[in-house]
This record gives sequence, C-alpha cells and structure tokens, in this order.
Amino acid sequence: MTTATTSTVSLPADWRDFFALTKPRVMTLVIFTGLCGLLAAPGTIHPVIAFTAILCIAVGAGGAAALNMWWEADLDAGMKRTAKRPIPTGRLSAVDARDFGLILSGMSVMVMGLGVGWLAAGILAFSIFYYAVIYTIWLKPRTPQNIVIGGGAGAFPPLIGWVAVTGDITAMPVLLFAIIFMWTPPHFWALALFVQIDYAKVGIPMMPVVKGEKSTRWQILLYAALLVPVAAAPWLIGGTGAIYGIAALALSFAFLVLSVPVALRVAEPGDAMKPEKRLFKFSILYLFALFAMLVVDAALRNQGLLA
Amino acid sequence: MTPEEQTEVRRRQKSRNWALGGVLLFMVVLFYAITIVRMG
Repeated sequence: MTTATTSTVSLPADWRDFFALTKPRVMTLVIFTGLCGLLAAPGTIHPVIAFTAILCIAVGAGGAAALNMWWEADLDAGMKRTAKRPIPTGRLSAVDARDFGLILSGMSVMVMGLGVGWLAAGILAFSIFYYAVIYTIWLKPRTPQNIVIGGGAGAFPPLIGWVAVTGDITAMPVLLFAIIFMWTPPHFWALALFVQIDYAKVGIPMMPVVKGEKSTRWQILLYAALLVPVAAAPWLIGGTGAIYGIAALALSFAFLVLSVPVALRVAEPGDAMKPEKRLFKFSILYLFALFAMLVVDAALRNQGLLA
Repeated sequence: MTPEEQTEVRRRQKSRNWALGGVLLFMVVLFYAITIVRMG
C-alpha cells in the first residue's frame, strides 16, 4: 500500500485531475446563471464577446474552485464526500493545484478585461478573491454563517454576465445577485439536514452542527420568506415584464410552501427526511426555472411581443 | 521505475501535452476572433 501510494505521487498528474479541480458540476450552474444575466441584459453584445465573457466567468470560477481545493486539502481528506479529490488522494500536489488556480484566475480576469470590459473583469477578480480568500480561508472555518457568506460567491455570475453587456451596475444585476444570495442558505441547509455531512469532524462550523437542527429549520423558512419579495423585485421596479413577475411569485410561493413542513418538523432517528429532500430538489429546479423565465421575459419584450 | 510505470508516465505526459496543445490552439483562435470583432 505504501509503495503504491509513493509511486502514484511520483507519476505526473493526468489532465483529468486538473479538470476535476475546477469543480465542473458547480460550473454548470455558474455558466447557466451567468448566461441568463448576459441574455436578459438590455443592449447588444457580439456573440464572440458574449462567448468570451461566459468563458471567463467559467474559467474564473474554476480557478477559485482550484484555490479552494488547495486550501482545504486537509479537510477534504477527512470527509467521505471529498476524500477522493485529486489532492487528498495524492494524484496531484497541492502546489500544482495552487499554481493552476492562480493561472486560471489571472488569465480569466485578463482576457475579460481586454476582450469584454474592465468593470466586468474587476467584479470577476473580486468574486474570485471573495470565494478563495474571504470565504474559504477567512470566514468558512470561523462562523456558522459561512453558507450565507458563501452564497455571495455563487451570486456573482449573473451580475458579471449582465455588466459584460451594459458596462455599468444598475439595480437589476444587483437584484439578480440578491436572489441567489437569499436562495443559497435554504438550498444548502436543506441538503445539510438530510446528508450526514461530516463537517463537524474536520472543525467546519456548519449551522445544523453549531446552532442545532431546530434553529437551522427556522432559518430555512426565514430565507424562503425573504426570497419572495427579492425574487419579485425585478418586476416590481419595472425591470422585467409580467411573465417573469408571475413566474417569480409562483415559484417563490411554492418554495415557501415546501419549506414550511421543513421548519415545523423534528427529525426522528432513522427519518426518511422526505420534506427536506423535496425542498432541496425543488430549490435546484427553482433557480433554473426563475433564470430561464427572466430570459424568456426579456426575449419576448425585445421581440416587441410584450409591453 | 519499472517498464510499466515508464509506459504510464509517457502516456500521461502525452495526454497532458495534447490537452495543453488544444488549449493553446483554442486561445489563438479566440484571441484572433476577439481582435477582429473589436476592430470592426
């Protein structure tokens, strides 16, 4: 066993290990929300520049993810869900992962600045710094509010996509940011309730572990309730049409209704956790549907089909 | 290093070289396209 491990380390890393560092599954949501922000923004953008903007958002997210895995390699080794990642298994050295993350981050910001615009590049740079340093290194190991803070990192893509088109920050892209920010805590805590995530073992203060299940359940309901006005706000301020507005209200009320049983329940030992699983599944559908409707609404108005 | 390990090292080096070559070629095309669009 020992010899096998040593020989694995001495082998040069496979390119797939570098690819795994970028958290490709998280990236699909980043690309989707970034693209929706870009498509819903008023104004025109050349398809090549639009492609470049989305590529830079995705590569920047990949760089931040690699830096996250570099910093958390020790923690990942101690948790079942993450123990198979490239660094804990020794398929990749931590230094290579760090350098890879820095190169992706630097390249994505440079290309965004030169090809698309420096405001979008600046926000992209800040979002990478926010995720890798403010969240991963500083606050995640220190506060049970870490998921709320981490939600901020995931909320940047639609804002950057929007700014890539318009070149300025207005209320609309900030609201898109706020929607994902409010959505992340109930989405993640629902998962944390039914998956026995062994964060406690490695000393990360997750909400269900620190404040207990009951408090976490109530906070899920609180954020779900806040999500209703925030998701409807783009319509209320006149930034979208009624198609988005009605869809946002319907989706957000469904989200709220599904989170009520989660808030009021107490899990028994051996509980099937059905309401929590249902809420988590719906939360993913919610975000995809909401941003898709934002684009549909904008497209219909641009075609002159709606006032 | 055994012959098997030697073969594996070569295989990984080769696949990484191809991956990096592909990325570089892609960037050449992308920067060309961006340049043309921004000049237009």
